[in-house]
Amino acid sequence: MGVKAGSTPRLTTPSDVGRAAGLFLAPALVLIFVFFFLPVLASLVLSVTDFDIYAIASPSSTRFVGLANYTKLFHSPEFWQALRNTFYFAIVGGPLTIAVSLGTALLLNAKLVRFKSFFRTIYFTPFVTTLVAVSIVWRYLYHTRYGVLNYGLAHLGIAPIDWLGNPHWAMPAIILMSVWKNFGYNMLIFIAGLQAIPQDLYDAAEIDGAGPVRRFFAVTLPLLGPTLLFVSVITMIGYFQLFSEPYVMTQGGPLRATTSVVLMMYEEGFRWWRMGYAASIAFVLFIVILIATLIQFRLQKEHA
Amino acid sequence: MSRTNPRLVVVEGASTGGYGGLDSARTRRRLTQIVLYALLIIGALIALMPMLWMLSASFMPTGEASTYPPHFIPSRITFSHYADLFTRLNLGRYLFNSALIAVVVTAVSLVINSLAGYAFAKLRFRGRDRAFRILSLGLVLPVQVAMLPLFLLMKNLHLINTYWGVIIPGMASIFGIFLIRQYALSIPDDMLDAARIDGASELRIYWSVVVPGILPILATLAIWTFLATWNDFMWPLIVLSDEAHYTLPVALANLSGEHVQDTELMMAGSVLTVIPVLSVFLFLQRYYIQGVMAGSVKG
Amino acid sequence: MGREGEVLSQLIPGFEKEHPDIHVEVQQIPWTAAHEKLLTAYVGDATPDIAMLGNTWVPEFVALNSLAPLDSFADKSKEIRRDDFFPGIWKTNVVNGKTYGIPWYVDTRLIFYRSDLLAKAGYKEFPKTWAEWTAAMKKMKSQMTDKQFPILMPTNEWPQPVMFALEAGSPILRDGGRYGAFEQPEFRKGFDFYTGLYQQGFASPVSSSQVSNLFQEFERGNIAMYISGPWYIGEFKNRLDSATQKKWMTAPMPGINGPGVSLALGSSLSLFAASKHKREAWQLMEYMSRPAIQLQFYVLTGDLPPRKAAWQDTTFANNKYAKAFRDQLERVVPLPQVPEWEEIATTIFEHGEQAIRKAKTVDQTLAGLDQDVNAMLEKRRYLLAESKAP
Repeated sequence: MGVKAGSTPRLTTPSDVGRAAGLFLAPALVLIFVFFFLPVLASLVLSVTDFDIYAIASPSSTRFVGLANYTKLFHSPEFWQALRNTFYFAIVGGPLTIAVSLGTALLLNAKLVRFKSFFRTIYFTPFVTTLVAVSIVWRYLYHTRYGVLNYGLAHLGIAPIDWLGNPHWAMPAIILMSVWKNFGYNMLIFIAGLQAIPQDLYDAAEIDGAGPVRRFFAVTLPLLGPTLLFVSVITMIGYFQLFSEPYVMTQGGPLRATTSVVLMMYEEGFRWWRMGYAASIAFVLFIVILIATLIQFRLQKEHA
Repeated sequence: MSRTNPRLVVVEGASTGGYGGLDSARTRRRLTQIVLYALLIIGALIALMPMLWMLSASFMPTGEASTYPPHFIPSRITFSHYADLFTRLNLGRYLFNSALIAVVVTAVSLVINSLAGYAFAKLRFRGRDRAFRILSLGLVLPVQVAMLPLFLLMKNLHLINTYWGVIIPGMASIFGIFLIRQYALSIPDDMLDAARIDGASELRIYWSVVVPGILPILATLAIWTFLATWNDFMWPLIVLSDEAHYTLPVALANLSGEHVQDTELMMAGSVLTVIPVLSVFLFLQRYYIQGVMAGSVKG
Repeated sequence: MGREGEVLSQLIPGFEKEHPDIHVEVQQIPWTAAHEKLLTAYVGDATPDIAMLGNTWVPEFVALNSLAPLDSFADKSKEIRRDDFFPGIWKTNVVNGKTYGIPWYVDTRLIFYRSDLLAKAGYKEFPKTWAEWTAAMKKMKSQMTDKQFPILMPTNEWPQPVMFALEAGSPILRDGGRYGAFEQPEFRKGFDFYTGLYQQGFASPVSSSQVSNLFQEFERGNIAMYISGPWYIGEFKNRLDSATQKKWMTAPMPGINGPGVSLALGSSLSLFAASKHKREAWQLMEYMSRPAIQLQFYVLTGDLPPRKAAWQDTTFANNKYAKAFRDQLERVVPLPQVPEWEEIATTIFEHGEQAIRKAKTVDQTLAGLDQDVNAMLEKRRYLLAESKAP
């Protein structure tokens, strides 16, 4: 252990440990405080001012406006639409993603299947790819006339869908792509969860005459419960932060049908430089996610 | 892998042919297997199809990707789009930027996060648990909430449009600290105490005892951080205004605005963006996947 | 931005040869992102020395005190003579009596069309009035399939609704840029004409990102007309196949009672106040303003020169596509010079999309526009009242 020859070993005092702890923690805590916690607090402050492009040039033209930004926000149809869009994406996309994740996890967990890790890798690949890159690819796959998707639909006798141009189909299009991209991650978590279920329980159920479907509902689902819950809320929280897909594929259109809360915050803050107003959007996002997280904690406690 | 169910003992050689007949259980098994494999293969095709088309289209001559019925295989292979990207459109520069930022953030954050994670796990000091709980609260905060003031802060520090402007916010992560702490908890205290008795400094202990002990999670975190930083989009988009500093995702989004007409060119750009992360993942997937699954069992 | 960035790199070596001590770096940004990027650069104190600014952005950057006034340079310059520039164009660069940009190229919008398809509908010359134009499009539509449209007008572009409003005599904003004028009859007239083109099936309500390759659509006759600017002369010449090259032409915008107005756009070269190389930057601006260089630039991009001297060159006399532009430049109208213009323009087409897709009535749309734009201009009204605004 590197004791220098001739030195007297000395006991490490708690204050030594304390000092070391301080040193070890300082870089991380300073960085996180200055570049994360502080800005989050500052967002709140920003949201009660009318900080905008005039203010960037001459900060003295900033005015304190109290809750005016929030009032404007809650009266803004664009905001409610963004909120609806985001909820639509999370509430439909979330469960869909989880269903596919669970399905593929069950497939990969089946005893009769070999080459498990090969398929697992393939299924995980979409998750690893760069979102911007795949958004661009899917934009072309969704092309009304030349896209592969409509070509496939044509074989099934379905008329071409204007995926990214029709306000009713644009968000489903983005949901579909997100399910494809994200299911791999939860799939891994489910596989771990499935592997943790003791085989005896399945055997017992089989002895009782339960078929595979019955076994799934009686054994698998209940025991996967906590994992399912955890995964659901984490996925939804992630989906609330939707930004890159609409930015790259639809610029929030058509008719703002794919404008998410974060995209609206970006537009107001970094395109029009209405930073006070954008900060109020950010704060609302924070509250929504906080509520979702608290719900998760509460549900977890109940089921623990 | 699960044990074979002792009730399904297959009697070989009792039937005249290969399948069917007396061995209905075996047939059922085979059929199930076929169905499962069929589903798996269809799933694999769905998972891979977009990227295979992306690859294929990147080699198509201009205009071929916008035809009906769509072509899946290029009529002839051309490298002109790749050439264009590297010559006219400067992609080499963006690749360099992405690599530089990803490597620096990974290296630095690994050190900073592991020091902090270890400290929270094993160093006893006053207020440790309270501090950690406050830190964990940060996991709930969506990072976008910080971006507006962070931008103004960076402006005042003159870090807008610099590599540091992108690197610094990534140098410490609550999630990374969490992960490391979780793993470091399992380091036996006796080992650490023994080292202290031998007179080793805390820093020495960290380097010689702790780091080797948490190598697997460090590997996982390194891969994770590298991928996340490479793929990061929103913050680099906000903070970088000068194309000389653009990372690949930002440059790609930029190009797609300008060249929305050039399908094949954009596909080539996407291929180049995705290959590094895919390679890192494929070579090191064991660590990555282990990390995800291990983390989830505990969580 | 756009192709200009690429071409500019080709013109730089000539400048550097004359000024061996000056080295110039060129950076390209697509138009769609240029506005945010330049503003971000300004906020981050990372501005270039010179930027090509769309002239509708000049008031915004002036409001930020980010541009250096150029009058002292221009007055002493032998190369740049004010009277040689189209006056309407030079004016777009003057804010509060000071000049903040040197026009680099002019831009206006007019019609690019398939002359053979127009002829098939029975028109040898392009229509000059709205009534004639509508009749022509009706005839063309009857000769097309369901999936084909006489004109391509992406719904997420602001020039079209604004142009028609200007033709109808609308000022877009009133009271010195303090309030919107969208519910006034002039704007309404232009707006009705705009949405009417979609209602009558002449244009498909698509956004620009949905058109995967407009050149192919033009070649295949899926669209017969497209409203765009001078740079498309170069694009069409480069990208359309040889069969289509003989079949397209440009024409000035039709108006209500005769030839119509179009937008006084263009780009200027502006000098950032934070530049540490103002003298050298000015030399580059002078170089770029030489008629000979402007001609070269035109040849490479199709962007039209803002100097009358350049227009006298035979290059233009013989260019059949540029003739429509020379004609249109006589009838161009500047846009409101407010820093919020970019945001207002975006709101105009966003509301417009609602009306086109019948999600809202025209009344609702115009009322909504007034409401939103008035809110956007609130700070400007406040600062003007306090006389703090530039």
